[in-house]
Formats: sequence, C-alpha cells, structure tokens
Amino acid sequence: MPDQPYHTVIGLEVHVQLLTRTKLFCGCSTQFGLPPNSATCPICTGLPGVLPVMNRAAFDLALKAALALNCQIASFTKWDRKNYFYPDLPKNYQISQYDLPFSHDGWLEIETGEGKKRIGIIRVHLEEDAGKMLHDEQGGGRESLVDLNRTGTPLLEIVSQPDLRSPEQAKAYLEEIRLLLRELEVSDCEMQEGSLRCDANVNIHVLQPDGATAATPIVEVKNLNSFRAVERAIRYEAKRQYDEFQRTGQRMGEVSKATAGWDEDRGVTIIQRRKEEAADYRYFPEPDLVPVRVSAEELAQVRASLGELPAAQRVRLQQDYALTAKDVDVLIQQGRPFVAYFEEVARRAGDAKEANNWVTNEVLRTLNERKLSIKDFPLSAEALAGLIRQRSQTGLNMQRTREVFARMLETGSSAEQAIKELGFEVIADESRLRDLVRKAIAANAKAVADFKKGKLKAADAIKGAVMRETRGMARTELVQQILLDELKNS
Amino acid sequence: MSLTDRTALELLDALARGETTAEALTAEYLQVIRSRDPQILAFLHVDEAGALEQARAIDMRRSRGEPLGPLAGTPVALKDVLCTRGRPTTCGSRILEQFVPPYDAFVVSRLKEAGAVLIGKTNLDEFAMGSSTENSAFQITRNPWDLKRIPGGSSGGSAAAVAAGEVPLALGTDTGGSVRQPAALCGVVGLKPTYGRVSRFGLVAFASSLDQVGALAHDVADAALLLGIIAGHDSADSTSVDRSVPDYHAAVETPVQPLTIGLPTEYFGGGLDREVESAVRDAVRVYQKLGATVRDVSLPHTPHAVATYYLVATAEASSNLARYDGVHFGYRAKQYDNLIDMYAKTRGQAFGQEVKRRIMLGTYALSSGYKDAYYLKALKVRRLIRDDFDQAFAGCDVIVGPTTPAPAFRIGEHMDDPLAMYLSDIYTISANLAGLPAISIPCGFARNGLPIGLQLHAPPFEEEKLLRVARMYERATDWHRRRPPR
Repeated sequence: MPDQPYHTVIGLEVHVQLLTRTKLFCGCSTQFGLPPNSATCPICTGLPGVLPVMNRAAFDLALKAALALNCQIASFTKWDRKNYFYPDLPKNYQISQYDLPFSHDGWLEIETGEGKKRIGIIRVHLEEDAGKMLHDEQGGGRESLVDLNRTGTPLLEIVSQPDLRSPEQAKAYLEEIRLLLRELEVSDCEMQEGSLRCDANVNIHVLQPDGATAATPIVEVKNLNSFRAVERAIRYEAKRQYDEFQRTGQRMGEVSKATAGWDEDRGVTIIQRRKEEAADYRYFPEPDLVPVRVSAEELAQVRASLGELPAAQRVRLQQDYALTAKDVDVLIQQGRPFVAYFEEVARRAGDAKEANNWVTNEVLRTLNERKLSIKDFPLSAEALAGLIRQRSQTGLNMQRTREVFARMLETGSSAEQAIKELGFEVIADESRLRDLVRKAIAANAKAVADFKKGKLKAADAIKGAVMRETRGMARTELVQQILLDELKNS
Repeated sequence: MSLTDRTALELLDALARGETTAEALTAEYLQVIRSRDPQILAFLHVDEAGALEQARAIDMRRSRGEPLGPLAGTPVALKDVLCTRGRPTTCGSRILEQFVPPYDAFVVSRLKEAGAVLIGKTNLDEFAMGSSTENSAFQITRNPWDLKRIPGGSSGGSAAAVAAGEVPLALGTDTGGSVRQPAALCGVVGLKPTYGRVSRFGLVAFASSLDQVGALAHDVADAALLLGIIAGHDSADSTSVDRSVPDYHAAVETPVQPLTIGLPTEYFGGGLDREVESAVRDAVRVYQKLGATVRDVSLPHTPHAVATYYLVATAEASSNLARYDGVHFGYRAKQYDNLIDMYAKTRGQAFGQEVKRRIMLGTYALSSGYKDAYYLKALKVRRLIRDDFDQAFAGCDVIVGPTTPAPAFRIGEHMDDPLAMYLSDIYTISANLAGLPAISIPCGFARNGLPIGLQLHAPPFEEEKLLRVARMYERATDWHRRRPPR
C-alpha cells in the first residue's frame, strides 16, 4: 500500500476440529449439537483413575493436513500437558503438543491482488478441545453452566508466520485453508459451528521520517466468528494501532503482547489485558501416552492418499479445459466430486465450455434449491453430456433446452427421450424456414423499414415473429442467417 | 493353624477338597475383621453382604461343576485407591469421601474374573502420598505386631490386613515403595511389578510414570499366583506393555541355579539400623549356603534417588491432582465468593497437609524459571539411576539389600519432620525410578519383635526369576510363617 504511512503485519492461529467419529483420547462421539453432557465418559471428563488412549484415525487425518500444507513431518513426536485451571477443562490440563509438534515449517499459497503469495506455516500440532461454558451474560448473578460434550474433540492448531499483509490476504488464507481441509475431509471448517476458530496477531510497521520503520506492540484479537469478522477486525485494529502510535509512540518490545476481543456489533476491538508475563503452563511430557513414531512407509501412504490438491487442480483445469481462473475457482469451491462431475461431462460432451456453463449454472442452481450434493444429483454425467450433444446437433435454443433439462430431472429420461416426450422438434428445413421468414417480413413492414434505415436490432422483432410462429422450434442461427439474407435481397 | 492363618494356595486346596466352603471361609474372615479391625483399623469399607453373595455364587458354581477361576472363593482386600464400580473409592481423602466410581479398575475386573471375593477397601496415606498411613484423612492403621507403631505406607491398610489375618491376599500400589515398605514393616510379602507389567486403568493416579499395582500376601507362592492374575496388556492403558505373561505360579518352586547376587555397597552405609543390616547379611548367607555367589555391585547415583523422586513424583502429582476442584465431582466448599475462591476453599479444606505440600513442591519444580534446574534435571538423573542398575545387572541375577533403614517407628514419631519421613524411602525408591520389579520378603525380627524385610530387585520383566529366587529363601526359612499375636 504505497500511500499508507504503515504496513500491517498479521499472523493467524487457526484451530480446526477434525472430522473423526470419536474424540482424540476416548470413544465418545464428536457429533455437533447433542444435548449437554450427553457425549461424555469418565475419560474425557477426567474422573479419577482414567487414562487417555490416542485415536489413530485422528493422527492420520492430521498427517494428511500437514502434508497438504507442505510441512515437515517429525519422525518422532510426543504429547505434553498444558496445565491451567478452568471449569471447561475437566482435568485442569489439556493434552497438547509443546516442543516436538508432529509437523512444522510448511506453507500455503494464496492469491493476492499482486499475484500468488506463499504464507509460511510455523507448525501444525494436535491437541484436545475444551468444553463450553454458558455464562449469565446479563450479569444476573446466576451460576455458569458447563457442557463437556466438546471436551476431548481433536483439534488441529495451524500457526502461520506473520507473512500476511492485509485483511484481504488474511481472508484469502482462511478461505484457502477451508477449501483444502474440506477437500481432504479433514474438517468441515464451519466458523458458525466452531469447527474453525481463528485468532489474529496484528501489528503495524510505521514509516519513520528517517526511512526506517517502527513496529507497534502485537495485539492478539480473539472472538472472531466469521471470515468477514476477521477482515473487519484486522482493518479496525491496524487503524487503531496507528492512532495509538501517534499518541504514545509505544513500540514492540517496550510492552508485552495484549489480547483484544472483537465486538461484532460495535465493530471495535477492546483491549482486555496486557499481561506482564506470559501465562506459565508448566508444560511437561504427558506420562500417560507413548510418543508416536511416523515411518517413511506410513508417510508415503498418507501422501499417496492426498489426491489432487486445489492449487494443482486450478492449474490443470485452466490448462486442460481452457477455462478462466474465475471459472475454475467457482468449480473448485464446490469440492472434488463436483469437479469430477464437470470433467466427466466435459469429456463425454466434447465441449468444456458448454459443460462448464451447464454445471455452474443449471446444475449448481438445482443442487442449491434441492439442498443436494452432487453425488445425489439425479442426472448422470453421461445424461447431461447427452443433452449438450443433442443441443449442439439440433440447434435447440437455450430456453427449450432448459425445459428438456427440467424434464430429464423429473422423469429420469435421456435427452433424446425428453425431447421427443416434449414434442420438441427443431425445424431446420431451409425451404420451410425461408417461407416463414418471407411471411414474417411481409407482415412486419415497419421493422423492415427500420432495419433498412440502419437499426439492425429491428430484425430481432421479425425473428421473434418466426420463433413464435414455430413455437420456438426453429433453429435460431438458421433463421437469423436466412432473415439477414432475405432482408438484404428485399 | 486356623483357616485364616493359611496362605491363599492352602485355602484354594481346602476349598477344592471340600474342607470348607467359600461362604464359610468368607464368614470366618469377616469375623476376624469384626473382632480385630477395631484395633488395627486396616479397612475403610467392608462389604459384608457383597462378599458373602460373591462367595455363595462361587459355591453354587462349584456344586454345579461349572468352571472356576484360579482364585475362586479367596477373599482379597483392595487399597482404596483402586476404583470399584458402585463401591466407594475415597483415596483416603475428604475430597473423594463420597466418590463412587462407575467403573472397575482393570485389576479389579481381573480379580472378579478369577473368582476372588472382594471383601473391602483398605486404608492408605491420602492419594498414596506417605510412608506410614498417618496421612489418611480418616484413620491411622496400626501395625499388627505392635499397635503403637505404624504399619508403613502408603499401602498400610492392605499390608496390615494380610498380616493380621483379616484377609489372605491384598492389592496395594507402589510409587516409591508403598507396597514393599509396609510389607517389610508388617512381616508379609510385598511385590512391585515392572512398570507397564500391570495396567494402571482405574488406579487413581499419584505419579503416572512411577505408579504400579502390587501384590501383598503371606508368602512368595501366593504373590506369584496373584501377579499372574493381574498382569498383562490392557489397551485402555497406553503405558501397559504388550508382552506375554509367564506362568509365575507354575515356575515359582524351581530354584535359580547358578545364582549370582549383587550387594550394592551404597545400601550398607550410614543410616541403616544395625539389626536390619544383621538380618539382611544373615539372609545373604542363607543364599550362599544354597549355592549362590555373592558380589559387590555399585549403584553410584543412589544418594540422589530421593531428591529425584520427590521432584518427578510431585511434578506429576501436581498435575494429576488438579482435577480435584469441586467443579464436576467430589467435594465442593459450601461457601465461596467466585471461581478462584471456590477452587482455593475446596482444595484447601479437603486436601490434607502432605498432599498440599507435594502439590506445592511439584508445581514449583515445573514452574518457569525453575523447571530446567529441578524437573528436567531430575529426569536426567532418573536415566542415570536406571543406567546404574542396567550396568549392575550385567554381573548378577538379582540385587539384594534391606527394604527399609529401620523397623516400624512409633505413630507420630516423624510427623513433624517430612524430610526424615521421605528419607525412609531410600531403598525402595530407585526401583520405581528405574521401572524395575522388586519384592520384599520377611527375613527376621528386631529385638522389639518388629519384622524386618529383605528386598530383591530383578531386571525389567524378569518377575519370574525374581519370584523363584525369593522362594528359594522362603523354603529355607520360616519367617513368613510367623503371625502376630492376636
């Protein structure tokens, strides 16, 4: 931002809940929205005498995610206890990873206004989630309630380098993580359901008169409930820090890091506290769990199971199908099965552009209306390809073709069958069409006159008359061709 | 000898021959408990009705010719730190005074499968923290050999119950010596398995990397039988080792020949009571008469063992006991102003002094600025202690020495000197730090009539050898047949 007196530096800490059936250290369900304290057991509620047992499926999903984020995978990794007291943490310690996380030093590429940018990832580690507390927000003095359903759910913590430079980049990073992890079925990344949480570490570097920059103290912004909130909060916080720096001149290192909560309604960050020291969690290796070793074979297997990741997919779809970046983005956003469907249609129909058109318009709209996923979509790729082929052969116009599409959805018939059932027969007989055109020209003297005066659009009225006469069955391009020909000669 | 003075194997034989029934036997033990336990105070809870019901069920199975487990009809007592489904499990603490677990510990399930009659829960130092059972929130158990003296700890209740003839077998737990030391002071056999040999699921944690369930019995053959029942892999305990369990009971009568015994020079220095030393050296001579070679070995890091233990164990305990906060189970203070106040009052009121002391010590050892010098350093020394043993075992089969520096002291004698109390663990603590199996067996008496224990250590997972060597001494002596005056 050349005209801004500062540039913003952002690092994001993202927590995602893994899509495992059961929790990280016990067999309880991770299902969202269950009645309070109904998905708990002695292990996740930390009763006396219980012991954790690692969920291997969770570890494998975590490996997948870390590999997709281009991380180094540790061949030896261990669990640590993070000790602190809070009612939503029944053991009053969280089993997490401290100094030997299972992965580190990765990156994720995002699109920015100035092109592609690599955002560094410091580490990705696994830990168990805490429960939820419900406080008496009105300050009525009632007790706080504890729901331990969420306790023990596997969380992946992804810590980025402070490489992000704008609220838009932060949003792009989050969207790319969401796309990637949904694609891999690692997490469904829904901020509304809490399966993706984000804290933003923000500071600014202010241009000084001597050309150097001064860095402001870092603020960690929490309570961000949507990607939009992340964007808004960062934008607000950067400006707030600039204003504060003008007043106080305080630099990073002079005071400790502060935490701030984002107030969505008022659109402001509220500094909560500037702690003199970081909390002392007294980390030590978890004595109830054994370290995990990851062999080269296992790693190779997980790597092989990744499939084509969004970044590679974007490039390939653009190249193979001559689609624009925007087209490709729309496709990719819908997930792998949708892309696979598109590719199948394109291949069978022999027309990627048409396939893309149909898939991202009619098919997508139908899926949204009926709340279906592509795997439950009634038209197979072959059926849709058939429709595209029919249209190209017969020249049936778009409106009628949509009607055929609807019929196919309704009855499950093929394109050919549906066209017959609807009685659509494209009139492509040139002599017949010529007759109709001449009739229409004769009946629309004014339009003809306007056309001859140079108003080319007037021909559309005549074409319209022919189409009405044929109930839309005339082959449009042929009508257009004949019409222009007749008008020239009349 | 009355029935209740017999060993478990003798009782199993009597039951098999029909000399008595499980119900009659259980009733007899319940009678001993009724008459003796008001003086001994070994039990916190006695399950009379439940025990008789279990016993009747065994008799029924036997009369129908149905298969019976290896302990069928034998009463067993459980240290009250082992979870028993539907039965109180207090850990000797006010904070769990009302706690009733909805699950059995792994070892409890194994005992039930084996047909044992679970007769009750025994007293202990609160949360297994102590060497005298004086730290129990509820009562102080007495040594059956002298009611003015401590039975040892923390499994004092279990050891006293066996010694007093209230039960033939008991389970305790051993984190720094808490099965072996009370066994020595009460004149019974106490065995601690290799770390990972027996599942810790359902054993309320004190120090996770040190805790193990142990066996208390009248003799080594009984201990071998009991170990065979509780040992083995448990998928619910990630630190439980998946390794086959030898038939300890079948092997125990076979002597080990040739046999080399290692005597650590560091174990015979100052602070060791003369009578204890004398009894231990006599025991070594018995082994020599049986053909064993004796050699000196060195365990140079022995002087650092107690300090290492009291850093590692307390650090783990400070974290393991954090869950006792009054929030979702256990005691909660009645009056408090806010969350922190609730935590402080709940734990302040319901934890005893020793527990608080160890939580503070452990928290300190893990604190930022101190962790490197204390906790991390202790882990390194722990490794060195283990290396000492590995090196010593290269030249001998078992390592032998005293179990305790002195026989049982008087109740109240060390209560205002915690450090003196800690130092009495000097001989037992290294086996926990190194994860090795170790056993204490009776080897004599002091002039004042108090028992003296001999301790043997073996390399990891060599319980079979350990038990066989211990049994050799037992067959050549009869200390283990003595019973305290009634």
